[in-house]
Amino acid sequence: MNCRWLSSIVTAAIAAIVMSSALVVAQTAKTDKSGATPGKTAAKSWTPKKTPWGDPDLQGVWNDATSTPLQRPAGKGEVVEDTEASKFEEDLAYDLSRDRRDGGPEVDVNRAYNEHWMDSRRLKITNDRRTSLIVDPADGRLPPAVPLSPERQKQRAERQAAATRFNAGMPNTPQELTLPVRCITRTDSPPYLPTIYNNDFQIFQSPGYVVIAPEMIHSARVIPLDGRPHIGPALKQWLGDTRGHFEGSTLVLETTNFRSDDGTVYQGANPEAYKITERFTRVADDAINYEFTINDPTTWTKPWTAVVPWTKIDPKEQMYEYMCHEDNFDIVHLLTGARAREKNPSLNLQPTKR
Amino acid sequence: MGTRFWRVITPLGFALMIAVVWFSSLTGQQARAPRATATAPAAFPAYKAPRLDGHPDLNGIWQAFVTANIDLEDHEAQSGPYPEMLGAYGGWPAGQSIIEGGTIPYKPEALAKKKQNAANRLKVDVSNDRNWHALGDPEMKCYMPGIPRATYMPFPFQIVQGSSSYILMAYEFATATRTIRMDWKQEAPTDTWMGWSRGHWEADTLVVDVTGQREETWFDRAGNYHSDALHVVERFTPMSPYHMMYEATIEDPKVFTRPWKIRFPLYRRMEPNAQLLEYKCVPWTEEMLYGKFKKGAS
Repeated sequence: MNCRWLSSIVTAAIAAIVMSSALVVAQTAKTDKSGATPGKTAAKSWTPKKTPWGDPDLQGVWNDATSTPLQRPAGKGEVVEDTEASKFEEDLAYDLSRDRRDGGPEVDVNRAYNEHWMDSRRLKITNDRRTSLIVDPADGRLPPAVPLSPERQKQRAERQAAATRFNAGMPNTPQELTLPVRCITRTDSPPYLPTIYNNDFQIFQSPGYVVIAPEMIHSARVIPLDGRPHIGPALKQWLGDTRGHFEGSTLVLETTNFRSDDGTVYQGANPEAYKITERFTRVADDAINYEFTINDPTTWTKPWTAVVPWTKIDPKEQMYEYMCHEDNFDIVHLLTGARAREKNPSLNLQPTKR
Repeated sequence: MGTRFWRVITPLGFALMIAVVWFSSLTGQQARAPRATATAPAAFPAYKAPRLDGHPDLNGIWQAFVTANIDLEDHEAQSGPYPEMLGAYGGWPAGQSIIEGGTIPYKPEALAKKKQNAANRLKVDVSNDRNWHALGDPEMKCYMPGIPRATYMPFPFQIVQGSSSYILMAYEFATATRTIRMDWKQEAPTDTWMGWSRGHWEADTLVVDVTGQREETWFDRAGNYHSDALHVVERFTPMSPYHMMYEATIEDPKVFTRPWKIRFPLYRRMEPNAQLLEYKCVPWTEEMLYGKFKKGAS
């Protein structure tokens, strides 16, 4: 698909996710006392069909979009009751997509990505009405952060300064832009979490292999299942190195060997210490439970786990090539815009009037 | 570089040796087989590939061992760009044409454009969206290579064939991928860098019809190119447990006077730990593409 505006959109989407969780957290809502079971344990009894060579069959195009936030909003229970569900969904959809012009420039630009851009599945909460994708810790929140080393504090401050320049339309270099804007990695780096659009994943299988091909960006994650060791410790990759095996009908993936570049792994975790385990369990013909556990003792005080439902998309709805770098016009626009503002400060972004 | 280089080259050489022995012992031919055109696949003894879900099993990591990415046609050994900086590091080896008949049947005006491409292959100007793709070899810019170039780049690719109606080809270069839709009717919905691939089986041969490719891809560093009318029909034919024959018929009435054909073998990577490694080359192109827009650059 054409990628003309997409680099900024993804950044916007990521910003929107972060922002919406913050907004939702800030809201207060009636505490939910429902004891309904989260998706993790639902529909255990369904037996998936097997491939001709005997592996559980996960082949197909799947979509992981939902509006349920990663972290539980303050005051919410584990799930929302039926009566409260539609209000919860509306509130989340409002924060994710509502066209508004009452914030600063960058906030409003992010909000310009309204329903027109959005995968409609992105505006629905999970079927089990959970209030967070995180299922462990039990409060649905990320565990407390570990104090950063001075070196990582410095890295984080540099990244923050670059983000501030970006939001002001004043980036200095292409290299200081984020990995999604540079078209190096996007939603292809695990864990897979929903974004504004392009939430599709195609799973291919062959004897001894599983492949997860995320739509954005097109890099296929080809995973050996033959029990071989990871690549050597000196060999690092942007997307890490994954080994898989089946435990019953669950596909278990373990990924290490991430490149040490800051920002490579989720939420600024430490690539050197980061380990992610993903579990894919087909719970119905059209549903996979995608569960992941992240362990990085240098970033969080304990491991944390989230469950994201994947739904099979209509076979008539295809997954198409997502190119990014090839037509990354935005990166030039961003940089030339900054150079123009240096010469003519009257072009600087001004806060929008309320 | 040394260790990995030999880890790559040794099995390739080994596979090549096996293939050569295979040909000569079974056909009585000299291994000399010169222009890729000389020996049609039919001349090899029949080989029946193992079956998977009722079809020939093409799963594996494969790699071409030709220099066609430098030039599809005959080409001399040359220094490569900036020898004053790179010395022999950047050298490009000589190679023989993989084209049936040796040369590409360009229309006269198209041949001029090819020569212009070659002259401009190291130039880049992305300051204007409209002319974004006017200059430079897409490979140098780390763009997805398109078909057939992806097949003969000096990188492995993996075929993932299961029991669905899709076959995946995952390429190490630029982590490009393409999905082959088997027995698919729908036409390409839009042009893409890797095109729209529809496949079917003809006996043991996987036949792939590729349309809908972006016109900006090139065939090689020599500036050989096509238009948006490109139509490629590929044939992957298993020849032994260790190699298959690749053929592609290339048709583009806007650029060529007639369809033309390339042919070369693909070798199976035999290392027990063979896997596609990541080749995300985008970061290496940023200074070249965007450096002049940096703070303080001009």
